[in-house]
Amino acid sequence: MFSLTLKRVIKSGFTSFIRNGVVSLSAVLVMIITLLILSGVIFSSALLNHTLVSLESKADININFFPEVSEQTVQRVKAELETLPQVESIEFLSRDQILDNFISNRENSQTILSALEIIGDNPFGAALRVRAVDLSQYESISVFLAENYAVGTSNSIINDINEIDKKAIIERLQNIISVAEKFGAIVTILFIALSILITLNTIRLAIYISRDEIKVMNLVGADHGYITGPFVVAGAIYGIVSSVLVLIILFPVTYYLGKDTEKLFFDLNIFNYYLQNVGQILLIILISGIFIGSISSFLAIKKYLQNK
Amino acid sequence: MIYFDKVTKTYQDNTRALSDINIKIEPSEFVSIVGHSGAGKTTLIKMLLAEEKPTEGRVLFESTDVHLLKKHNVNKLRRRIGTIFQDFRLLPNKTVYENISFAMEVAGRSDEEIMADVPYVLDLVNLAEKSWNFPEELSGGEKQRVAIARAIVNQPDVIVADEPTGNLDPLSTFEIVQMLKKVNDLGTTVILTTHNKGVIDELSKRVITMEAGKIIRDDPTGRYVL
Repeated sequence: MFSLTLKRVIKSGFTSFIRNGVVSLSAVLVMIITLLILSGVIFSSALLNHTLVSLESKADININFFPEVSEQTVQRVKAELETLPQVESIEFLSRDQILDNFISNRENSQTILSALEIIGDNPFGAALRVRAVDLSQYESISVFLAENYAVGTSNSIINDINEIDKKAIIERLQNIISVAEKFGAIVTILFIALSILITLNTIRLAIYISRDEIKVMNLVGADHGYITGPFVVAGAIYGIVSSVLVLIILFPVTYYLGKDTEKLFFDLNIFNYYLQNVGQILLIILISGIFIGSISSFLAIKKYLQNK
Repeated sequence: MIYFDKVTKTYQDNTRALSDINIKIEPSEFVSIVGHSGAGKTTLIKMLLAEEKPTEGRVLFESTDVHLLKKHNVNKLRRRIGTIFQDFRLLPNKTVYENISFAMEVAGRSDEEIMADVPYVLDLVNLAEKSWNFPEELSGGEKQRVAIARAIVNQPDVIVADEPTGNLDPLSTFEIVQMLKKVNDLGTTVILTTHNKGVIDELSKRVITMEAGKIIRDDPTGRYVL
């Protein structure tokens, strides 16, 4: 009996969606706006997260050793640092590598290159580039080095450690992103709430048009579930159709914006992101669409269900 | 079968729609309720369908007070009463066939029963060829015949027809009355409200006359007297 009723309710909902073409079209158009806003939230969240991760990955500590410190000593320090849980990776840079980098970065500065020639020998020591697990861990790595290698004293093997400037910039950017995320979340919630309200009202209007029909259904003795069901199904169909259309609309939009986002947001091409996550995006907007459509219909029809 | 026991209906603005109504309707009876507009005929029908509650008194359907029924049981009661209205009250977005099958669906009938019974009743009301038309494509008389088909398809115990000929031409009126008589002949109780003198005189059945919410006459084989 249940499956028979379900079959009839689904069929009736689908028929109602087709026959009330104009009403269905307006409900779908309104819901497309809601789902586009939701998609915007998904993409902006991806861009912000990617920016933050990219910035964090650029943070590191450069430990510069004195030129006379042997490579074995530097490797020993590296091995010791690798035992720290705060350390994610360490890159060893030999004296020759550093000299090569220095020269290649200053090819046009003849004065500096001449000075190097006058010195005759490689003035640079080897270096370690340390990357921490988390931005907040750099402080403890610096403390560890200061305590164990007497950085800044005359008998230290470490010439200097440079990490402070970059860290401050990243922390500031992190704060900006955090504030932007909070502000964005509030604006997003407001937008989503507004668009849900507009969708609810559109569906309410659609059901208001059918109020006499609902009255007749009541009079012939239809159970409330049997009256509500087709409207809820039609609401869910609004959601399904809108989701598919939104997915189609997003294709050219993300394609158009892809190159720009790549330049602005650390190589994240929004079009590639869309293609790679199309299943997940569809699932989110599909579930949201079905939920908004069916719940709106359910709430809107309740008013007309009294027996009296 | 149906018993209105000292039923009074007073609205919030103190308008009295019904005053101390006592009516007993037996199974298979054909009862016409006549009176001018505002006499209380429709209020009486609404009470039987549990659409309105009496201020005082009881409305009994087979010894059950219809106003003490729970929502679910009100729906069950309505499936035992076929209703026909002056404004037809068909489902505009459903075809003639679907309007009738809907009444069967809500009563929990199987697809096989629906496929067998709907064409049969459509044939009875001479609308077989209009099965797939929508109500807006039908004439008034045809719409009312669809309403009759919908009302009788579940073989209800009672048919309530509230001014069914109010919007129809004389020929359609005659057809509808003949159909109601036929339904009654087959054993279904029919309650008809009307202010059409011709219809009442043609029927020669029991007539209850109402005026200002009161019963002023109850004739077993009455004629239209106002």
